[in-house]
Amino acid sequence: MALECKHVWDYISEFLDDSLPAEIKEQVQKHLENCEICSAILDSTRNILILTADDRVFELPAGYSERLHARLAREIRASNSRRPEKPRQDQD
Amino acid sequence: MSVAHARPMERDEAQMIAAILAGDSDLYHRLIQPYEFSVYRMALSFVKNEAEAEDVAQEAFLRAFRDLGNFRGESKFSTWLVSIALNEARRRLRRQNTVRMESLDEPPEEGGKVSPALLRDWREIPSEALERRELRALLQKAIEELSPIYREVFVLRDIEELSIEETASALSISISSVKVRLHRARIMLQKDLAPKLKLASPKKGRWLSWH
Ligand SMILES: [Zn+2]
Repeated sequence: MALECKHVWDYISEFLDDSLPAEIKEQVQKHLENCEICSAILDSTRNILILTADDRVFELPAGYSERLHARLAREIRASNSRRPEKPRQDQD
Repeated sequence: MSVAHARPMERDEAQMIAAILAGDSDLYHRLIQPYEFSVYRMALSFVKNEAEAEDVAQEAFLRAFRDLGNFRGESKFSTWLVSIALNEARRRLRRQNTVRMESLDEPPEEGGKVSPALLRDWREIPSEALERRELRALLQKAIEELSPIYREVFVLRDIEELSIEETASALSISISSVKVRLHRARIMLQKDLAPKLKLASPKKGRWLSWH
């Protein structure tokens, strides 16, 4: 039984995750071999997922790490001074 | 992303956490280092600008530090951290009142279909092929335009790369809901982005396309 395009579209996500049952996966694959529209949908979706997951597209703001660790250091210092069993030299 | 992405797998995070809880608090700096980028990236998917995303990320790391004693080790530290960051982002959105009611957002037919953009052929677009700033703006806008229930699933699964099960548990929804929402999110993104990406301006002379 051949799949129609619109049924193939329902399987795109699971096809990409390789989580379709074997028989359906095979039918989808067969359809893709003969349908350039569905192949283009699959390829473009996959491509978009790769782009959105590509860390190189996004970058950290300059100084992000320094600011984060400085803030954490303040928090850690404050929590240490609340911790009497572990006295620090810099305690006041 | 070389430094920030040092493989966390080779580290014994459970041991680091135990040491931190036993008083070696400074170790927390090292514990979170591999996740600085991913928590920021996640925050950026929810809020409108970089400054806010940084703020949300900082809050998430602080909260995780304060709550570290509640981490039970049933999930990976990274998964736990992601759900804290998610909550922080939600809190921020709620405070801004920018979250619309989900019921209004949700397409009328829950089981209804989302149709993809129909294109005749697709040549893979590597991220280097496009101007980075333009690509970033396109992706960010498209993700931002997803309604919250789809965006959350997409971000956890396809950006933070949680498993379907981890995504379900972080969002307290069923596995089948994750699959349905993920499918719809991906197709909506394809529909929105595929035509735009095909027309996006390639880097000088590197990429001539559209047929
Ligand atoms: Zn087809």
